[in-house]
Amino acid sequence: MAKKNVLVACGAGIATSTVVNSAIEEMAKENNIDVNLIQIKIAEVSRYADTADLLVTTAKTTKEFPFPVINAQTFLTGIGVEDTKKQILDELKK
Amino acid sequence: MGLMRMSKIVFDESVILLDVEAETKEEVLETVAQNLLDKGLVKESFVPAIIDREKEFATGLPTAGVSVAIPHTDVEHVNQKTISVALLKEPVDFVIMGDDSQTTPVQIVFMLAMDESHSQLSLLQKLMQVFQNEETLKYLISQHKKTAIKNFLEEKLELLALEGGEK
Repeated sequence: MAKKNVLVACGAGIATSTVVNSAIEEMAKENNIDVNLIQIKIAEVSRYADTADLLVTTAKTTKEFPFPVINAQTFLTGIGVEDTKKQILDELKK
Repeated sequence: MGLMRMSKIVFDESVILLDVEAETKEEVLETVAQNLLDKGLVKESFVPAIIDREKEFATGLPTAGVSVAIPHTDVEHVNQKTISVALLKEPVDFVIMGDDSQTTPVQIVFMLAMDESHSQLSLLQKLMQVFQNEETLKYLISQHKKTAIKNFLEEKLELLALEGGEK
């Protein structure tokens, strides 16, 4: 299984992506998955259009990307976070 | 890297606002941001920046029991990092983060003024733990004294431990 490049993005690249980034890092470690996490602002996503495998974001995304996009708002509210984690894990295992 | 030059976070009664009266989210943001500007914690550009950012990237969170919002913007508008807490007299609708079509009636605003990007992980994680606890949020909105809120959040966010005690 090739190492996945996962973009973690929020509006400012300061607050929420930091929290989500750490949660995914921990989750990957628990599942013995080697993953390359890249924490960015949502505006920078297109720069990684050719190299990324997945985008996890707390910001809205209107653009179409050649990789799946998972909304990570649940990491902040805690409501439904297990579903989101499963979605991410499923993508990482592909 | 970050640990060496981490500046002190300002968190005292002066950044806690009670009974904030506002009709719109813009009014809330302006009131809370203007207070930080008056205290010299942020630059003048912070006020319009935080309002614009909220329009572009909403920060309302439909947390259990009590909805919150975590408005924040780029680090260059900040002089000294702080978390400003505002209890709203009446709930004000904020657009839900990552969702353009829905709003949530926000009762507590945590305005983050961060001075470094990708920093403050443990502080942010503890803040999210506060959001994920309905009891905690309900306790906060029932408070009428700034000192009680300050002491409560200082403990929950482990601010004193992080900063190595009083200056």
